[in-house]
Amino acid sequence: MSQTQNPTNPWGTPERIQLMNEAGETTPHTSFSAYADELTGEDLKDMYRTMALTRRFCDEMTSLQRQGQLALWVPSRGQEAAQVASARALAANDYIFPSYRDHGVLLERGITPEEITPLFRGSGTLGWDAKKHNVHSYTLVLAAQVLHATGYAMGLNLDAEIEAETGEAQTGQGQATDPTQDPDKPAVAVYCGDGSTTEGDVHESMVFAASYNAPVLFFVQNNHWAISVPFSVQSRVPISTRAAGYGFEGLRVDGNDVLAVYAATRYAMDKIRTGEGPVLIEAETYRLGPHTTADDPTKYRPEDHGATYEPLDPMLRLEAYLRSTGQADDAFFDDIAAYTKEQVKSVRSYVLASEPETFETYLDRAYAAPHQQVEDDRSFYRAYNDGFEED
Amino acid sequence: MSEQNPQQGTETLTLAKAITRALHDEMAANRKVLALGEDIGKLGGVYRVTEGLQKTFGPTRIMDTPLGEAGIIGTSIGMALRGYRPVPEIQFDGFVFPGFNQITSQLAKMHGRTHGQYQVSVTVRIPYGGMIGSVEHHSESPEALFTHTPGLRVVTPSSPHDAYWMLRKAIAHPDPVIYFEPKRRYWMKGEVNFEDTDFDPFTAQVVREGDDLTIATYGPLVPVALAAAQAAVEDGQSIEVIDLRSLSPLDIPTIEASIQKTGRLVVAHEAPTFGGIGSDIAAAITERCFYHLEAPVIRVGGYHMPYPVSRIEEEYVPGIDRLLEAVDRSLAY
Repeated sequence: MSQTQNPTNPWGTPERIQLMNEAGETTPHTSFSAYADELTGEDLKDMYRTMALTRRFCDEMTSLQRQGQLALWVPSRGQEAAQVASARALAANDYIFPSYRDHGVLLERGITPEEITPLFRGSGTLGWDAKKHNVHSYTLVLAAQVLHATGYAMGLNLDAEIEAETGEAQTGQGQATDPTQDPDKPAVAVYCGDGSTTEGDVHESMVFAASYNAPVLFFVQNNHWAISVPFSVQSRVPISTRAAGYGFEGLRVDGNDVLAVYAATRYAMDKIRTGEGPVLIEAETYRLGPHTTADDPTKYRPEDHGATYEPLDPMLRLEAYLRSTGQADDAFFDDIAAYTKEQVKSVRSYVLASEPETFETYLDRAYAAPHQQVEDDRSFYRAYNDGFEED
Repeated sequence: MSEQNPQQGTETLTLAKAITRALHDEMAANRKVLALGEDIGKLGGVYRVTEGLQKTFGPTRIMDTPLGEAGIIGTSIGMALRGYRPVPEIQFDGFVFPGFNQITSQLAKMHGRTHGQYQVSVTVRIPYGGMIGSVEHHSESPEALFTHTPGLRVVTPSSPHDAYWMLRKAIAHPDPVIYFEPKRRYWMKGEVNFEDTDFDPFTAQVVREGDDLTIATYGPLVPVALAAAQAAVEDGQSIEVIDLRSLSPLDIPTIEASIQKTGRLVVAHEAPTFGGIGSDIAAAITERCFYHLEAPVIRVGGYHMPYPVSRIEEEYVPGIDRLLEAVDRSLAY
């Protein structure tokens, strides 16, 4: 059977939500504008700052990988609006399960650029305090985290049941937020890409989430490439269409439009918090760079992709909006440039000085409690190293 | 460990009912223990091991799930991250593989990957092993695939007492535990002492003392090894039998002490010998007890082929005669 290059969808496709066009001009929307209107000019400038930091950080990490200072880097270039605006729309006590490209989500959540680096430097596997930020570790096996998010959301439902029985709010293994002070009922947001949606784990996640009415947002960044495989080969229909098959709502949003992404995510989280179960958002964006630093998109991408997609760049769009509405001028953008330059300078020095913890620390962490085979290996390791010292 | 032990004294139970009781008692002791799996609620599971529990604890703590092993394990990991202690049931050994990725790449590594920020106390129950006259994928012994994965603990009981305490201790443990249930022994009866609260599930046990040779085995083959040892008495042979109980960690010192006494070791399991637990034990004992050994360590196990159709499974699974043949080979040195 030939691959379907020009899919049509006779069952209906969700409307593509866009509040700000490619020129940075806004158009009101009867359902979604109200959410976007929550954002002040300062909010938008703040989001721009985080997006700019994400990009500059990403470029610096790419350079560091090319210089042999990182084992790998996974660029997020082009996806800053989808990441920062969606994370901005979540509550502080919402628990996030990221994939491995969601640097903008992490930075928006208050995780520092330095804390993102150990995994890619090869000096650690998790550089931030997951409980403090309510952001789980990156997951490198595709889509595995989507099931964890669903289970975590099922746990929130169980928490509510225990609270109803005992009157005591539950904190699970501990979160930075105090559940008795929560203004919003907590929910879960999980990030994955279009490539991940091929994995069976995503299918099972959506079945389980629907079965148990789990309070989880599936946020799919469709960047149009699963390494070298274009979206036209991956799916006959927009991913948002699939939600209907599981029995919940799917939204399709212009993923390079901060206003639309924010509004759609706020709408979805409101709905999830009221107990209506999961929602799927497909943010249509574009991966401007390679899949990872091990990839070479010149081997599979059309040569004119830059001309087609670079004008859709979310940074350019938000800049045009901020300028045209008189909310930001050259001075603002100069300040941002200086700020991001300063930030990445400190990241570079941090990475160059970054060393892993001791070998034995990793033996310590293999299990939560002592394990005989680990202890045997530890004894061997010590004796072996002591032997060198004696020489 | 649970705060209280609701049971007292001893009681005779089948191995299956000992598991049911363990799950019941741990759920009663800790509100955050829950079980999930295919058909485990109203039906009580294909082996009725969870029978009656849903009536006691309700459908959100004994959850009938959609049919998806990756979903069952993956959502268990998520619930554990939230602070629950899920006990997922895999219906049969050969069905664990759709959930294998979640067990080996996620469950096993989560504590280490998060630099110890999260414990994932998930106990995966898997009925395993052959000789139940079933069809493809219903009689496998995949334990070595899990013992080879750092981060997991793997245990298997051979008696109702061990089944009860091993499961309770596994559920209460901070690490993920793969709990293999010898399904052909589900109906075997034995005494459970509910006051054995100091039970250590990660130790081996000498279940029969002897002087001439040691048979180390576990789970479904323990009664076979005991029967072989009894039969060998007629030939004047005194055989010690060790029930390994824990496959990861492996209690090598207990085997070592036995070999220092007997000088000979036969390791038996239903799983294929190549790459199996027996190979590891043979290597470890050769390394540690070389000068005590009177004969090479002999492995008895399944052949290197998929588990056969049930009408010829007796030729695949080690029985008393194959154990005695190995004993004779060892004693001939």
